[in-house]
Amino acid sequence: MTDPTTQQRVKFYQTGTHTVGNRLLGDAKRTVQASMERANAITSGHRACQGCGEALGARYALDSAMRATEGQMVAVNATGCLEVFTTPYPETSWQIPWLHSLFGNAPAVATGVAAAFRVKGRKDVRVVAQGGDGGTTDIGFGCLSGMFERNDDVLYICYDNEAYMNTGVQRSSATPPTARTATTPAVGDAPGNVFGTGKNLPLIAMAHNIPYVATASVADLHDLEAKVTKAMSIHGARYIHIMVPCPLGWGSASDATIRVARLAVESGLFPLFEAEHGEVTNVNKIRRRVPVTEYLQLQRRFAHLFKKGAEDTERIERIQRMADANIKRFGLVDGEAET
Amino acid sequence: MLKQVEGSQAIAEAVGYCRPEVVCAYPITPQTHIVEGVGALVKAGTLQNCEYINVESEFAALSVAIGASAAGARTYTATASQGLLFMAEAVYNAAGLGLPIVMTIGNRAIGAPINIWNDHTDSMAMKDAGWIQLFAETNQEAVDLHIQAFRLAEELSCPVMVCVDGFILTHAYERIDVPTQEEVDAFLPAFEPIQVLDPADPYSIGAMVGPEAFTEVRYLGHEKQLQALRLIPEIAKVFKDVFGRETGGLVHSYKTDGAETIVVALGSVNGTIKDAVDEMRDAGAAVGSVSICSFRPFPLEALAQALDGAKRVVVVEKSLAPGLGGVVASNVRMALARKSVPVHTVIAGLGGRPITMASLKETFEAAGEDRLPDVQFLDLDHAAVEHELVRSRATRKSGPTAENILRQLNPCRPAAQS
Repeated sequence: MTDPTTQQRVKFYQTGTHTVGNRLLGDAKRTVQASMERANAITSGHRACQGCGEALGARYALDSAMRATEGQMVAVNATGCLEVFTTPYPETSWQIPWLHSLFGNAPAVATGVAAAFRVKGRKDVRVVAQGGDGGTTDIGFGCLSGMFERNDDVLYICYDNEAYMNTGVQRSSATPPTARTATTPAVGDAPGNVFGTGKNLPLIAMAHNIPYVATASVADLHDLEAKVTKAMSIHGARYIHIMVPCPLGWGSASDATIRVARLAVESGLFPLFEAEHGEVTNVNKIRRRVPVTEYLQLQRRFAHLFKKGAEDTERIERIQRMADANIKRFGLVDGEAET
Repeated sequence: MLKQVEGSQAIAEAVGYCRPEVVCAYPITPQTHIVEGVGALVKAGTLQNCEYINVESEFAALSVAIGASAAGARTYTATASQGLLFMAEAVYNAAGLGLPIVMTIGNRAIGAPINIWNDHTDSMAMKDAGWIQLFAETNQEAVDLHIQAFRLAEELSCPVMVCVDGFILTHAYERIDVPTQEEVDAFLPAFEPIQVLDPADPYSIGAMVGPEAFTEVRYLGHEKQLQALRLIPEIAKVFKDVFGRETGGLVHSYKTDGAETIVVALGSVNGTIKDAVDEMRDAGAAVGSVSICSFRPFPLEALAQALDGAKRVVVVEKSLAPGLGGVVASNVRMALARKSVPVHTVIAGLGGRPITMASLKETFEAAGEDRLPDVQFLDLDHAAVEHELVRSRATRKSGPTAENILRQLNPCRPAAQS
């Protein structure tokens, strides 16, 4: 196993003119994922779609957790794409002990696993639970809140692709306004999803005063790895919310997953931050701010906003205001912090 | 040790002596005293090496139990009624995963109308979830069955429900022989899981299974229940060797020799039935009774033997299959499939209605004289039902049924419009 002290010393900026690749670096500074000796929680050969953000996010998250625990860990999975594409019987991609029970109970099952290891004196074995946004923000929400409130020793990771993708792209409470899904079709006067009040799970997690909450993105995998590593250094309930674009559900090109995820961050729609015991302790500043249209236009789920000659400027503007509000709230751009 | 103790408290003590490692607690009447009792044992340090987890719902309670059991811990929880239904998805899941969780059901009715009192609708709703279901006739048996349940569950790697009549047993104070730690230790070996989440030997539990193997996995669940048919009497025998008491097994027969009418029932009502049988036997009637202890697996052979020679069978049951009649009776008929013996269904005790000796004797006498209908509702207020039927036929907007019935039965309330 890779020595954890050699991890992630390099800050990468992964695409465009800022790209640096491993090939330009000395062995010591190369990303741990380039090593044959790297941790490998989810092995290749699984059945995720091309360009799947969740497969990428889960691999980096779980590999990091595996390194942090020197392999002494158990993963609990909610029903969903990740569960299905990694374990079509009798095959499994999981190289760590892995348990799937139901759609809405992963946090509670993880509580049970953690309790069993605690009672057996195996304090070294750590538990990570994971699910998609449907399994986390909707059907598993009660169990998640219970796990937080008891401060059970579980890291819960939500892979947020903003809809029920496994069942064929239906709306969840994480689906953004105006997005087209199978249950919020792009027809009528206000096509796509409604403007609700939102259900910001990282903030809800913070309201439980749990030791650690973070958001992460597949656009910045080293940041993601660092956050998971940090989470595993802490005991108690922890929550990481990772944005993982879904080419199939979002109608984005499968080779654009990283780009779409990065634009979500750079537009301010998906702020990257860390919080401890209910207080924000760190935000990732936006280096190159972009208008939300750059992000939205890469995805067919928002295509109805950009009809030729009939642009839905009013609702695009509303989405822009959501991004601006995030930038202010979290101080994502210097000089634009909330006062 | 003989004690004058509440049923729930005795069950909690017995569960404690089984040394559970993870216990999940969520309150629901009439089960609550049991998890409270176990909690007190943990908090006082009497029960050590046990994680007692207060969860936010029954669904979470069984889900925590699933995780703990899959990680190799001896796991216990208890629920009732709406709680069992709220965790229904996890009930099937625990059985499908083959996790030897033991769960007490303090049997209670299911709403609407909401009702906290005893019947068997909750357990019956989960009868085909793949769990073993044992029904206790007395509080002594409830205590003993819990100790047997852990051994049974763990030997088969199959979850077990111990069904205990809510209030009638759970809240009754009576003389119970509560075993000692030494006795239980002598009977119950340490838990050796057949599957366990272990970083040293990682495998996946709960993978997706398609049509190519699903039937085989399900068949093996059925096979496990068939193995339990053999194992339940064996465990009862070993139990008798250690504790000196005959408890458990598949069925218990009472005065069935030469009985023309045999009454079949589950749980505590067997006490009243036995008293009725005694009086009727004294009066010369050829009546006997059979108590089914193991409802899942259903003891087809043992029951057929126990009912051999009967001219008719009367199933007294605290559950109703609306549109069909009896749940238990349908199962009993399976045991008599090759015989032409009439099986009557008597629906009794729904929502805690007392099942009286007088009503039972009247019913059994009617059966003996071949006057009992196929399906009978014990002590049904026919006038109230008829009144409501007439009223609802006359008025489209007749209002909520439950409230209308209550108004009829309680003259202090405003009269129903009709």
